[in-house]
Amino acid sequence: MSTATLDAPTQDDAVQSFTVTFIIRRFDPEVDDEPRWQDFDVEMFATDRVLDALHKIKWEQDGSLTFRRSCAHGICGSDAMRINGRNRLACKTLIKDLDISKPIYVEAIKGLPLEKDLVVDMEPFFESYREVQPFLIARSEPGAGKERVQSVADRARFDDTTKCILCAACTSSCPVFWTDGQYFGPAAIVNAHRFIFDSRDDAAKVRLDILNDKEGVWRCRTTFNCTEACPRGIQITQAIAEVKQAVMRGKP
Amino acid sequence: MSSVPFDDFDSPRSGRHRSRGVNWEKWGWIYMRVSGVILLVLIFGHLFVNLMVGEGVKAIDFAFVGGKLSNPFWQVWDTLMLWLALIHGANGMRTLVNDYARGARSRAILKGSIFAAAAILIVLGTLVVFTFDPCPPVSAADAHLLPSFCPAP
Repeated sequence: MSTATLDAPTQDDAVQSFTVTFIIRRFDPEVDDEPRWQDFDVEMFATDRVLDALHKIKWEQDGSLTFRRSCAHGICGSDAMRINGRNRLACKTLIKDLDISKPIYVEAIKGLPLEKDLVVDMEPFFESYREVQPFLIARSEPGAGKERVQSVADRARFDDTTKCILCAACTSSCPVFWTDGQYFGPAAIVNAHRFIFDSRDDAAKVRLDILNDKEGVWRCRTTFNCTEACPRGIQITQAIAEVKQAVMRGKP
Repeated sequence: MSSVPFDDFDSPRSGRHRSRGVNWEKWGWIYMRVSGVILLVLIFGHLFVNLMVGEGVKAIDFAFVGGKLSNPFWQVWDTLMLWLALIHGANGMRTLVNDYARGARSRAILKGSIFAAAAILIVLGTLVVFTFDPCPPVSAADAHLLPSFCPAP
């Protein structure tokens, strides 16, 4: 028989894989009093992501490992976690970008109540998000059958802050938020910024009033932790500074 | 689409207590920026005049300080520097307490101590700047205690 077949890949052609050690901060509220560190060895390719490692651990080694993920492609913002001490999305962190000669530490984001393993209670985060009224509030009506027209420049004014996916990587990297849960946190201010500087929106004054609070923008220490943590590359500290200036002016 | 009545927005935050009146956090923040810029000029001017002009650092002695503090220009300069720097520093320390001290009691104690330290230093410093007299009137028996540049009594 002379059927054309693909040659079976030989050992030499195989993509090289590495044994990577993950040390994961586990917490099961039904068993543990305190969180504990547990290590797993996982066979990984350089192009795999930390999320793939978590999947392999959950599917092949320990089914009780608990974490959030939805889209797995950096859009839904479910899998923000602290990887080697930095807040990142597990689905956007490639193994080749980490130093695998040492173990990789993975833990839940800080500053929010730990529920289980890598899952935290996001309610305080979304509570301050809701408080800045993150929706369009317009007084005027567009013409019949028309949409609200906005110039390219007006749209560009707040373009950066439209990229937020509410993963909480910024807010849970903020030292002020860690010690003072009353602080709105960077994510809420970013989403307020998105509407404050939107030319179609008419409630900038209301949002500036909300953020001109004891626990509002003035608590920001410009440590830039949020800007470094943002998986979307939003210039968060700059956005907060712009909101501060808008509060002082009384208008955007 | 109907227009939204704006009266609904008058009290947007019912969940969180919001105090009316002076917003101290805002003014504290503005104070830090403004005093910081002024202090840059005052402190580096102070260092330049004391350490580099003329003979430089060798010129500093009791007479040098006495002479500066009897000049109204330096009195105002030093008083401004004293007030701005101490309030700037104390407000920064208050921020640290807000960030790191957990208990209401320890916060109160720490903030009280910071306020007391700053207030005492400001009062004391201001008193010295405006009442300092290198050649106080003394009896002839104590005249040897006066610095050499004072006119003989």
